[in-house]
Order: sequence, then structure tokens, then C-alpha cells
Amino acid sequence: MAPAAELLDATKKYGEIEALRGVTIRIDLGDVVAMLGPNGAGKTTSISLLLGLRKPTSGKALLFGLEPTNLLVRSRVGVMLQESGVPAMLKVREIVDLFRSYYPTPLPRDRAIAMAGLDEKANALVKELSGGQRQRLYFALAVCGDPDVLFLDEPTVGMDVEGRRSFIDRIAEFARMGRTVVLTTHYLEEADQLAKRVIVIDRGVVIADAPPAEIKSKVAGRRVRFIAPAVSEKDFEGLPVTAVSITDHRVQLLTNRPEAVLRDLFQRGVEISELEVAGADLEDAFIAMTSH
Amino acid sequence: MLVQQTKAEFLKLWRVPAFSATSLLLPLVFYSFIGIGQASQVMQGGVRFGAYFLASMAVYAVANVMIFSFGISVATERGMKMDLLMRATPLPPLVYLLSRCVTAVVFAGLTLVVLFPFAYIAGDVRLDASVWFTLAYRVLLGSIPFIALGFAIGYLSGPNSAVAVINLVYLPTAFASGLFFPKQLLPQIIQNISPYLPLYRFGQLGWNAIGYPTSENVTADWLYLAGYGVVFFAIAVWAYRREESRKFS
Repeated sequence: MAPAAELLDATKKYGEIEALRGVTIRIDLGDVVAMLGPNGAGKTTSISLLLGLRKPTSGKALLFGLEPTNLLVRSRVGVMLQESGVPAMLKVREIVDLFRSYYPTPLPRDRAIAMAGLDEKANALVKELSGGQRQRLYFALAVCGDPDVLFLDEPTVGMDVEGRRSFIDRIAEFARMGRTVVLTTHYLEEADQLAKRVIVIDRGVVIADAPPAEIKSKVAGRRVRFIAPAVSEKDFEGLPVTAVSITDHRVQLLTNRPEAVLRDLFQRGVEISELEVAGADLEDAFIAMTSH
Repeated sequence: MLVQQTKAEFLKLWRVPAFSATSLLLPLVFYSFIGIGQASQVMQGGVRFGAYFLASMAVYAVANVMIFSFGISVATERGMKMDLLMRATPLPPLVYLLSRCVTAVVFAGLTLVVLFPFAYIAGDVRLDASVWFTLAYRVLLGSIPFIALGFAIGYLSGPNSAVAVINLVYLPTAFASGLFFPKQLLPQIIQNISPYLPLYRFGQLGWNAIGYPTSENVTADWLYLAGYGVVFFAIAVWAYRREESRKFS
């Protein structure tokens, strides 16, 4: 059987900019996949190709072995895009009904609304919804057709921690129905909670495709900053650090073992002031993953 | 699908008072200000001004709906990137387009449903049933080129500029085409231009329907409108394709 979604050596150029440089991804029915990567890595472009919203410059993008623009194929796919609008003057239940009418075997309206946790807002106009509620409406629109494959492009962007957590639960619930879910995200925790497989994209190429635990072990978890008047690159030799940068005595590095690194630095006689240890965000971590 | 889409398109327009109220009520306001006072004046061919101006306003109202409903909704949805989401759904583009057309025609019909009785009562316009009917179907059929025009404007202008562009184009041409004051009252230079304006040709169809002796025969007016329709449609398709190649290639 053809895979649910497939990119075959796909490249995409926007003018001079190469957004994708030969990406091959195969997603089978039932997979729950997270695409991770910093901004501009090519995640959204990959999704756009798979949805037929953009055409690959070379290579192929296929859904169920067919062109993604095929309407029969599209009727098996639900989509949540970044910053796409919906008509402000329709009520939640009206627009859900509208999107249901596009699909051959949609979910009951109330079920779709409930899955998104919008029961109380079913009669509200779209323009009255908050940012988070609007995001949930997009989710309702994505699942209302009871699709086999769900594409979610940064679904939790702009949500607070609480909102994100409950939203991830809703996606997980949908995935438990045996459906295929492909989501892009900045947040490693999301990928960890949800996906069985993580694809890391950076600068237009896939740099890792593995279970979340494996990816996480590669990612430096802490960002360490301090000021050291007399320090050179040499002082970091042999230490478990990545992405060391020294500018005007200000040092920044990434590591999974900040305690060990600092102990060794002290032993080497490096004087440190204004020490700061923080959780590295994924953006930093990916720089680390790709810069060695 | 088509029914749901049309219903949604209709509600979208209906719930924007800036559109629904102005397109339904503005023609009545104009009719009250200009038409009623001199409704009983008799013009060429024994046509009363009340009836003449009814035809003017019917043309004005219907073309207004066509251009605005398409122009503004297309431009706004492009601005909101709604077109992106719609394109990812299995909704066939043709159904989308068709639902818009049906909505526009229904809305245009509504303006007539409001305008005709108003003219009957306030302007004391009495016409044969067949004349009312001819007027209605001519203005609805003749408005098709303006659908294409609205569509083209929607694709060529931004979400914020669409209203301004439309007003800038539509209001002056409506004046120049004699929809507010009979052509004879306009400056000579405008009178020379007006026969080439699509709205003027559209107006001729209306005035002719209520028995006003128009200068050329109706077939010529239809042909002119058809010609404009082809041109507008070509521009609309070109604008649509341009957008396609920019956003979706």
C-alpha cells in the first residue's frame, strides 16, 4: 500500500532561497510524526508540498501515492495551517457545518466541536473568539471531516502552557483513534508527549529521523553564560560542550552537564563572573546539533 | 456542499451591515432624494421620471452588489490568508466560485425586492407586470460582467484598498453613465464618453425596459455588455493566475 504521505528527494526554491534541499520522508498510515526544526528550517514548506499548496521545484510530494491536489485525496486529509483566517462573521457551528459539507463522511458536528473543546462557544461568532479559542476552532475544522491524516502546522503557537498541554491531549486523543498525525513544532516537549517519531529538519535537509528519546539525547539541554576576562577556545577542549561562542569576554555554550563543565573550568583556573544557567530552547539546541 | 457554501457566503455578507445595509438601503435613499420629488414629471416617450429613476437605481443597486460582494470578499479573504485554508480542503474551486455567484445574484434580487415596492409606493410607479419582470431579469442578467469586474478588483487590490478602489471607480462611472442624472444634464465631454461605459450600456437596458426611448437598440447594448464581460473576465482570470503563480507554485 502507498504510504499516507511521502516526499521523494523534494527540493523547493523560492527565488534564490533554497527552502528544501532534497528531502525524503515516508509517513505510513497510523504514524504520529513530529517535524522539528528552527524557524526557516523548511517545516512549513514540507507541509505545503504535501498538501499541494506549493509545488516542489524538483522531486515529488505524494499523498496516498497520488498528487496532493487530487480532491479525493484531499477528502482524506484534515489541515490546520499557520495563521490562516476564517470568516469572522460566521458562528462556530456554522463554519464547522460548512467544512463538514466538504467531506464524504464527516464527524457529527457536536462531536467535532467537543473534540476541540469549544462546546460553550458553538453559537459564538468567530470574531468573538480569543486567540486560543480560534486555534481550537481550526482544530475542529481540521478533524470535522474525520480525516485519515491530520496535518498540523505549529498548532500550539501563541498558546500559554496550560492551553498547550490540553491541546496536545486533544491531538493525542485523535491519534489514539488510529489516525495519522503530522505536526510541526518548536517545542521538544510536544514532540516527546505526542509523537512516536521525530523528524528534525534544518536548513532544508533532514538531519535526524528517530524516536523522541533518541533525538533528545543528542540535544544539549542547558545554555550556560558567563563572563571570563581571560578565556580562550582552548579552555573548552575535551569538555562536553557545543556551540561555544566567545565575544568580548562573554561566553555562551550549550551542554547537557553544566555542573561537570563548570567544575572542569574551575580546575583549569578559569575565573568566572555573572554565571547564568538556563534551559536551552530548541533553537539553540538545533544550532548545536548542526554546528559540529 | 454547494448549498452549505452558498448559505455561508450569504451569511458572511448579510452580517456585515456596511455591506448589507448600504446595498439594500442606499438605493432607497437616492430614490427618495432624487426620484420622488419629480416622480410625476413626464420625459420622452411619455415615461414618468419616477419609473425612469427606478430603472436607474435598479441598475445601480444590482451592479453595486456584484462589484462589492465579489471585490471586497475576495480581497479580504486573500488578506486573511483564508484562501490558503480553503485550498487545502476538498472543496472544488468551481463550487466555491459558483456559490459566490449565486449569493451575489440572490443579494441583487433582494435589493430589487426592496426597491420595487418602494418605488411603487413612494414614487407612485405603475408598470405592467411584464414590464416589472423585464426590468428585473434584464438587470440581473446584465450584471454578469460586473461579477467578473468585482472578481478582478478583488484579486488586484489589497484587503484595505479594495473599498477605496471600488468607490473610486464605481461612483464616478455611475454618475458619468447617467444613473443619477439623465445623461443630457452632464457636461458635454462626459456625454461623449458615456456611451462607452459599461454602466451606461447597462443603464440603457433598464431604461429601455420601462419604455424610455433609448438611442440605440437593445441588442447593441447587450453586445457591448457581453464584450465588457469578456474583457473583465479575461482580466479576472489573468489576476487569478498571477496570484496562483505567486502564492501556490
